Amino acid sequence: MSSPAPKSPEQSEKSKKYDRQLRLWGDHGQKFLENSKICLINATALGTEILKSLVLPGIGSFTIVDGEKVTDDDIGSNFFIESDSIGMSRAQVATQNLLELNPDVRGDYIDESVDHIMAHSQDFFDTFSVVIATCLPEKVLMPLSRHLWEKNVPLIVCRSVGFLGYIRIQVKEHTIIEAHPDNENHDLRLDNPWPALKEHLDKVDVTKLDNKERSHVPAVVILYYYLAQFKSKHGHLPKTRAEKEEVKKMITESPPPDEHGIKNLEENFKEAIRYINTCINPIKIPPNLQAILEDDSCINVNQNSSPFWVLCAALKEFVEKEGAPPLKGTLPDMAADTSSYITLQQLYQKQAQTQCEIIYRRALEIARNLGLSQETITESEAKLFCKHASELHVIRGSCIADEYQKTRVDLTSCLEDPDSLMFHYITLRGLERFISEFNSYPGQLDDHVEPDVLKLKGIIGKLLGEWGCSQIIRDERVHEVCRYGGAELHSVSAILGGCAAHEAIKLITLQYKPLNNTFIYDAITSTSASFTL
Amino acid sequence: MSETQEQKRWGHLRKVLERPGPFCHPEFEPSPEIMDFIVTSCKVLVVGAGGLGCELLKDLALMGFKQIHVIDMDTIDLSNLNRQFLFRQKDIGQSKAKVAAAFINKRVPGCQVTPHFCKIQDYDESFYRSFHIMVCGLDSIVARRWINGMILSLLSYEDGVLDNSTIIPLVDGGTEGFKGNARVIVPGNNACVECTLDLYPPQITYPLCTIANTPRLPEHCIEYVKVVLWPKENPFNAPLDGDDSQHIGWVYEKSLERASQFNIPGVTYRLVQGVVKHIIPAVASTNAVIAGVCATEVFKIATSCCLPLNNYMVFNDVDGIYTYTYAAERRDNCVVCSQVPQTLPIEDPSKVKLKDLIKILCEDEMFQMKNPGLTTVIDGKNKTLYISTIKSIEERTRDNLNKTLVELGLKDGMDIMVADATSPMTLVFTLKFATSDVEMK
Ligand SMILES: [Zn+2]
Repeated sequence: MSSPAPKSPEQSEKSKKYDRQLRLWGDHGQKFLENSKICLINATALGTEILKSLVLPGIGSFTIVDGEKVTDDDIGSNFFIESDSIGMSRAQVATQNLLELNPDVRGDYIDESVDHIMAHSQDFFDTFSVVIATCLPEKVLMPLSRHLWEKNVPLIVCRSVGFLGYIRIQVKEHTIIEAHPDNENHDLRLDNPWPALKEHLDKVDVTKLDNKERSHVPAVVILYYYLAQFKSKHGHLPKTRAEKEEVKKMITESPPPDEHGIKNLEENFKEAIRYINTCINPIKIPPNLQAILEDDSCINVNQNSSPFWVLCAALKEFVEKEGAPPLKGTLPDMAADTSSYITLQQLYQKQAQTQCEIIYRRALEIARNLGLSQETITESEAKLFCKHASELHVIRGSCIADEYQKTRVDLTSCLEDPDSLMFHYITLRGLERFISEFNSYPGQLDDHVEPDVLKLKGIIGKLLGEWGCSQIIRDERVHEVCRYGGAELHSVSAILGGCAAHEAIKLITLQYKPLNNTFIYDAITSTSASFTL
Repeated sequence: MSETQEQKRWGHLRKVLERPGPFCHPEFEPSPEIMDFIVTSCKVLVVGAGGLGCELLKDLALMGFKQIHVIDMDTIDLSNLNRQFLFRQKDIGQSKAKVAAAFINKRVPGCQVTPHFCKIQDYDESFYRSFHIMVCGLDSIVARRWINGMILSLLSYEDGVLDNSTIIPLVDGGTEGFKGNARVIVPGNNACVECTLDLYPPQITYPLCTIANTPRLPEHCIEYVKVVLWPKENPFNAPLDGDDSQHIGWVYEKSLERASQFNIPGVTYRLVQGVVKHIIPAVASTNAVIAGVCATEVFKIATSCCLPLNNYMVFNDVDGIYTYTYAAERRDNCVVCSQVPQTLPIEDPSKVKLKDLIKILCEDEMFQMKNPGLTTVIDGKNKTLYISTIKSIEERTRDNLNKTLVELGLKDGMDIMVADATSPMTLVFTLKFATSDVEMK
């Protein structure tokens, strides 16, 4: 037999170049990335580190806004600023060197300060997918944060100082279809099989199988059989631990004894026992999905609703009727012969397809009734949505300007907790206030460290007072920040830059759950903390 | 670059090195000399010039280090360009170490990165001993274990007391997708790579009977073509090369055929490549984070400005951003770092065959060797028991695999010398027979 001429798909250069990341966010994630427009405010070392990890995987374009000229400090910490560029526009030099990283990415710059742009053309920022700002003084951050909040443009704010750094994400509403959870429980529906599955499973009497057949029957069939046995005896499915143990015992004792009278439990039967604990609990709507179904945007879809929320509205009706989210359509691998496994797999897949079809049609209907264009919801999007229905998430963030006006968290109890890194947040807020008030970093000059410690302590004390917090920040924490004198250590910026870039990728691709909403990194102890502020 | 400009350039670093601070290492004494040491004499070896290596070189160069060496045997491939940012399209096919070194030296004036375009095994102790600190950015566990073995072999003990001047700290990073880890190994003082071998997940393998008789997943079909069909049909009269698109094309075709025969969905070209080449997903951001953590640790160790990481950090930004730091513990009887003589307990030497012994060395979670070669000394004479890596010796010693230890003349208390790709040194194991009274002649 001669084999047919090779007809393997010719891979494009792009898919070869991006191969290692396409395995994580897929071609559809890449497409979002390639259509994205990023704005970076201030091309500091941290700023260019963030852009580097966005240009490499192939964002569509970036714009750098920076009115500064290159200084010695930039040369010593910023990889994308060359040593012979002192005095030149930092935005221009950084743009040129970043563009070299990836010919697929477009980039430009504006060598003016962000205050200038805010004063003259605020709406400049409105068309970006994400705006990223580093080293932004409080007095500029406040109006920018308000503006982008209103325009629904995600904002990432970060700073790297000495061995400390933070990332704050401001996003009004962010919806995630593919969260890519690390471990998932398989939804097998053995407690409530649909007719086609029931008919298939009812055909097998596990006790009547010969040795060879026994070793090839899938765990799902075994488990279903013994659950049915249990049910006919007790009138209900096993719920308690003891009841589950009873099913386990039935399975353990099922093998025919060998010539020595020993019962050897086959691999597939052991698998069936493992599934007892994870897969026979009645289907529950996971809390993340419940929250979405109860969300205002789901209940009150309107002409302004995104395809995501229209699909959610259709999903809600489906869940209310069926009592469960749609099937994923996949079956975990289990020891079995090929045809038994594939038959089962096809049953699950077909049912998932049918359910997706129902949700998709209903979503189109809802869209039509709202006067939305039918094309807004594509079939491929609906398929992805239904497959990941149990993993859907919505994040509703908070506006940074609001956080600065009135903090939402109970700082006092956070500060009482010896393991909490909340004190870093307070110190960093003090630092930001100091920078805004004095137009310099605390400890920037060698002979200013001591006096600046006092000034910064005063500022932090005032802030704590404003927040009605009775705790204090230890002097050495304040001293440490003043010791840095605004120094930006490249390796610390590299850490924060990588983190911030990946958060931007999450916001763009709608995959993986982003930080909500503040991350603090302490490079002295290599520890970190996240807070929702 | 003028001296004052050089001074100004490192203004950031000088702040943390020339000012006292409440969280510094207890023995830290701020002074300009520390910066001088970093800039003029501290010699750092970067092992690997890939995703982590490129980042490490950049980070170290901008943390003031100038005497940097980098070693990597790989050449640049198109699929590296999404993260290995020192390489361009025009560099494809060139040495990673050389291109990376040249780029850094050009971008950061005064930095002297020396490239080594070779295998780590090509150098011996005298090379590795010349560094103050080593930092690994490798994707190979075997190579990481080899470097770990090397720094431990450099330790010298006098009357059981470690000579501290022989310690070369090792900072090690690893990434996979959106997960990573970084650790600091102070050889002889804290957990080494071998102490924590259980942290590395075993590679996914599929039982032969499944891939041959009851395939269910697309992976089973691909694996079948790879391990059964390829050797049988030998389509290109060559071993399967995952980088040869014709080879991958053939495997793809055949896997598709087999999958359709069994109605198995999901064979794609990308999956075929992934399975054949054991591809680990990788992105720029995770590499940046882990390399940043490692470079920060190198800086801390070199300057004593703060206490180093104690001693293991895991990172994961799949869901938010998560880190966890803990002190990995030493294994009391670690094969490489414990100074405890290793024994191999044998239940019944008249039943245990040499191949069983090799199986233990390969599969025991504590050893996880790759291709151990075994020799011993019987009656004062060296005897090769089995070596798989040299063809002529393999053929000569192959029959020994099915002989029992008794048949091979091995006795209780005898030493077996084991050489393996995971270690630069020969490891000695003493046989301990449970039934040592059974003497068979
Ligand atoms: Zn060890």
